[in-house]
Amino acid sequence: MKYDAIIIGGGIIGASIAYNLTKQGMRSVAVFEKNYISSGSTGRCGGGIRQQWASPENCKLAVKSVHLFEKLDQELGFDTEYYQGGYLLLAFTDEEVEQFRKNVVMQQGAGVPVRLIGVDEVAAKFPFLDTSDLKAAAHCRTDGHINPMLVNQAYADAAKRNGADIHLFTEVVRIVRDRDRINSVITADVRTFETGVLINAGGGFSAEVAAMAGITIPTRPQRHEILITEPLEKFMDPMVIDFHHHIYFRQTKHGSVVMGYGDPHEPYTHNIQGSLEFLKTMSLMITKVVPAMKKVKIVRQWAGLYNMSPDAQPILGKVPGVSNYYQAVGFSGHGLMLAPAVAELMAELIVTGRTSMDISDLSIDRFAGRTEFKLEKAVV
Amino acid sequence: MSSEQDRDIIICRCEDITEREVRECIRRHGLTTVDEVRKILRAGMGLCQGKTCSALVRRILAEETGKKAEDIGLPSARQPAKPVEFGIFLQEGDR
Ligand SMILES: Cc1cc2nc3c(=O)[nH]c(=O)nc-3n(C[C@H](O)[C@H](O)[C@H](O)COP(=O)(O)OP(=O)(O)OC[C@H]3O[C@@H](n4cnc5c(N)ncnc54)[C@H](O)[C@@H]3O)c2cc1C
Ligand code: FES
Repeated sequence: MKYDAIIIGGGIIGASIAYNLTKQGMRSVAVFEKNYISSGSTGRCGGGIRQQWASPENCKLAVKSVHLFEKLDQELGFDTEYYQGGYLLLAFTDEEVEQFRKNVVMQQGAGVPVRLIGVDEVAAKFPFLDTSDLKAAAHCRTDGHINPMLVNQAYADAAKRNGADIHLFTEVVRIVRDRDRINSVITADVRTFETGVLINAGGGFSAEVAAMAGITIPTRPQRHEILITEPLEKFMDPMVIDFHHHIYFRQTKHGSVVMGYGDPHEPYTHNIQGSLEFLKTMSLMITKVVPAMKKVKIVRQWAGLYNMSPDAQPILGKVPGVSNYYQAVGFSGHGLMLAPAVAELMAELIVTGRTSMDISDLSIDRFAGRTEFKLEKAVV
Repeated sequence: MSSEQDRDIIICRCEDITEREVRECIRRHGLTTVDEVRKILRAGMGLCQGKTCSALVRRILAEETGKKAEDIGLPSARQPAKPVEFGIFLQEGDR
């Protein structure tokens, strides 16, 4: 069997690239997913979509993504629960306020309708928050959230309708490379598939996928824990993120509140066990910010992997020395929201060799010969 | 369980999901596992965490895919076992 393109990984990145490749005219496209659609990080993630980033590269991609999200349900024929309820970033120190001020100027320049708002306005508009220690907040009304499982499935279904083969429960265990060219992949059930190009969309396993092709990439997996509450009457519109307490939370369409805490000391491993430690810390942090949560019930906890890159920004495009290998990896906890833009641009790169928006700053070349990097700071 | 007139019976009581909806979801997206149905349809995501409905969903999956029910895995147990209030995890002083 031979394909023009083989994608490893059926998460949001793999599925959206598959869809965009078929949309841009590629005939035979296949996705190999060792489990099922959205079984990886995508189905475990928070679902937040924001354009408020500290780096212009992330901002540009996020703005483009939001434009695409706005038309996505119609384009894919799916109700993904996309909701533009806005996104509120909380600042608790003067330093944070200063940083927000600078970010807002840069973000407005990138076309993000964001503004800094004072504590009184926050208290009036978002009465569920305890504003006693708050200094200011940044609010963007076109940010929002989505149901990650549904949007992942929507892309996979649409790719399939366009003729892509989606091989579920099929792990790629070997990649056969001859000098600068990848020839084929071999699956766990010992089938061989030849390919024109190979795309690494392996999420938390991106470094392992690259290694099968003899390629070394600087991405590392890191556990992030998350939980969901019982359904509540609707009380909040925006997703809220609080870098000070390392938490984020949002209310789903269904009424439950999804929330996560990013432990700054979490080691780099593939562990995705939920911990009691997380429940304790999360409870402490969320009840500080939303006191009424004390009486609310937790229904389920779980964890997933961030695929961290050295500067917490994605690594996109080709690598030196291999002519037909592409990657969209290292999303560092914000791959869901960037997927529509990244997938469209990756497909352009693969089909035509060029992109309608410059993403060369995000190629792996930026790490060559460097050991220190400017970190994207707006990450939980 | 599968005669036409019975298809409006509720499979997932917590989330109010009918047999018809489960079957349609399985067919539309080509699903083969209880976990997929849980994630897409929410059947099994309710307060009881699928204790009541997972086995029923598995039986429908078996009928739809022609596999034996025993060959279709059930989702692993989720923490916490029962819904608990955030307050439980706080120290005395923070409650
Ligand atoms: C707790 C948490 C909260 C998050 N919150 C947000 C958020 O609010 N907003 C946001 O934008 N992002 C968020 N993220 C990040 C987001 O989940 C990821 O960036 C995104 O899902 C990455 O998508 P992906 O397709 O690259 O990875 P995945 O969804 O992990 O997909 C990769 C797939 O590759 C498969 N695979 C790997 N190796 C092989 C192989 N050898 N053969 C076959 N298949 C293979 C895996 O099974 C997996 O399904 C969060 C992540 C976590 C863990
Ligand atoms: S009956 Fe389905 S989750 Fe409780």
